[in-house]
Amino acid sequence: MSSESSANSHHIDVKEFHPRAQAAIADPKLRQNFRRAMDGLISKRKDAFEGMDLEALRELGANIRLRALANLPDLLEQLEAKLTANGIKVHWAIDGDEACRIVRNICVARNAKTVIKGKSMVSEEMELNHYLEEHGIEALESDLGEYIVQLAGETPSHIIMPAIHKNTGEISELMHEKTGTDLSSDVEYLTASARQQLRERFMNADVGVTGVNFAVAETGTLCLVENEGNGRMTTTVPPCHIAVTGIEKVVGNLEDVVPLLALLTRSATGQHITTYFNMISGPRKPEELDGPEEVHLVLVDNGRSSIYQDDELLDTLRCIRCGACMNHCPVYTRVGGHTYGTTYPGPIGKILMPHLIGLDEGRHLPTASSLCGACGEVCPVKIPIPDLLVRLRQESVDGDKLNPAKVRGHGAKRGTLEALIWKGWSWMHARPGIYRFGTAMAARLRKLQPGQLGGWTNYRTAPKLANKTLHQKMKERDQ
Amino acid sequence: MSARDSILQRLRNRSGDELSVPECDFSVLQRPSSSVADRVDQFEKTIESVHGEVHRCTADSWVARLSEILSARGARSLLISREHQIGRALRESGQDNLPELLIYDEPIESWQPHLFNNVEASITSTQGGIAETGSLILWPTPDEPRLMSLVPPIHIAVLEASELYATFHEAMQAQNWASGMPTNALLVSGPSKTADIEQTLAYGVHGPKELIVLVIE
Repeated sequence: MSSESSANSHHIDVKEFHPRAQAAIADPKLRQNFRRAMDGLISKRKDAFEGMDLEALRELGANIRLRALANLPDLLEQLEAKLTANGIKVHWAIDGDEACRIVRNICVARNAKTVIKGKSMVSEEMELNHYLEEHGIEALESDLGEYIVQLAGETPSHIIMPAIHKNTGEISELMHEKTGTDLSSDVEYLTASARQQLRERFMNADVGVTGVNFAVAETGTLCLVENEGNGRMTTTVPPCHIAVTGIEKVVGNLEDVVPLLALLTRSATGQHITTYFNMISGPRKPEELDGPEEVHLVLVDNGRSSIYQDDELLDTLRCIRCGACMNHCPVYTRVGGHTYGTTYPGPIGKILMPHLIGLDEGRHLPTASSLCGACGEVCPVKIPIPDLLVRLRQESVDGDKLNPAKVRGHGAKRGTLEALIWKGWSWMHARPGIYRFGTAMAARLRKLQPGQLGGWTNYRTAPKLANKTLHQKMKERDQ
Repeated sequence: MSARDSILQRLRNRSGDELSVPECDFSVLQRPSSSVADRVDQFEKTIESVHGEVHRCTADSWVARLSEILSARGARSLLISREHQIGRALRESGQDNLPELLIYDEPIESWQPHLFNNVEASITSTQGGIAETGSLILWPTPDEPRLMSLVPPIHIAVLEASELYATFHEAMQAQNWASGMPTNALLVSGPSKTADIEQTLAYGVHGPKELIVLVIE
């Protein structure tokens, strides 16, 4: 794994999760925005799978992703060979910084000054906009939600709906202030204004940057899923298109995208398909009248090859980024996306980000969960998210002696006192006589138990010790 | 070592167990066989549910229907192809109430502002459709370039009913896509839309505000 990317440095501090969660919970407007949106998405997803054999489809989706991961290095080489044969230039980046430099070098070679962007979570992970701007290249988001978030100087609060934390009034004020549109609660007017502003920008942009939903090794095809048409604009209008994607996004065969697409759009927004499914297999040919003359793909590792080393953690890489886990998460719904302070919020962020930023930095992520299991139940590729959360909790306290922890920054939450208590606990449980004596003493001295038990009693009442131990009660019953 | 080699080496030398390759059972994608009429019905219902519009026509009636559709919207220009029979049929139709016909036969660089600012409608062929998801299959060509179906506010697509497949999987298999993909292939399922402002649907955010399908039966 690469050294910690300096690109993460302008993120809000991940460790401040608790104060931010408190503030979010105390903000009724924010909670209402999220509650309403998530309720809508949950019910739309349910309707979209109506009449389908969802379990068989999930099984297929999971198997396709597992098969692709099992052949990952071969598929990446096949993808590279196919894309190259198709005229698409392939680049590899160990981390976000290297990926940023690759994008910048392509821009510099073309003397490009303006970049227009389609939605890409990997570019958020790289903090590409910030990097390009530091180097004198303007980067403008074109997905309406991303555009709004960029106007506000914020980061996305949801991977599919970046501006979900804002309501119409807030967006209207923001657009009025930054772009001079009239104040209006008419969503059509606001959307039309953004269309007009962005059309000008599409025409003048030197480079288009997008993400990739699936990269097909068999045919050398980059697939993009979207509703707005900004992805098609970004990949067609500027003379150069740069796609950035994580190395895990590759699938073997073209037909593999069919079930994954069916699962992705239904899980994400409850649509049986999005408006556009855009499949790009090459730059403009000499006889063609539009399309980019250059197409690049940047394959970004950024910690993924480390996740790949472990048989259990590997499941994290199945993810197709639908966001269903956050839509169904009781924690995400209450605290919102920004509270996490990470590129990917919600359950998927809790299992992915510790690998990207280290488990020391992201120590609060695996515990920001009630382990209710909803995320695992709705995941279209059956990632056992709750199991992975438990695994990361163990890693964060170095709590499994048989399977030593391996995630970068493991053991950061291990405390001497807690470790000592558990050591004593296990010592006592291995010695029946001492256990009986200890529990009997605890029952006898129960009045001395303090009312406050640290973090435990912040939100709960303290457990009360019984006046008799289980052993004593069993003995009485048997007499 | 290059980034490429170091990434591939790390993946190849992974520390865990050998990964098993699961079987993938695609039978869940199969649908019972259906008639053309059923598929047209399903296509119409599905694409209308996402704000697309369907007009059933015949090879003889579609030009007249198109001119009604465009007059009703007051469209003053229609972008057509030079070679495709749709473009030819329109140029040779003699319909006098059609809007001004523009041919996309020059590289985009030479007329981009005009396309972006002035062209009000376009018409393209399709490479078939998908009943289950209400999708049009578009493979842009030099004769029908990519931006034709994207930039004008009204996109009209001509779909032969006989080329309507039950599912995406069926279309892909029947047309043998895996043997070679064009530079750009698209599924288009409705007009451009967004729900990024408080989950309120708005159409035509970047692409066409209206998608009108002429199904030729």
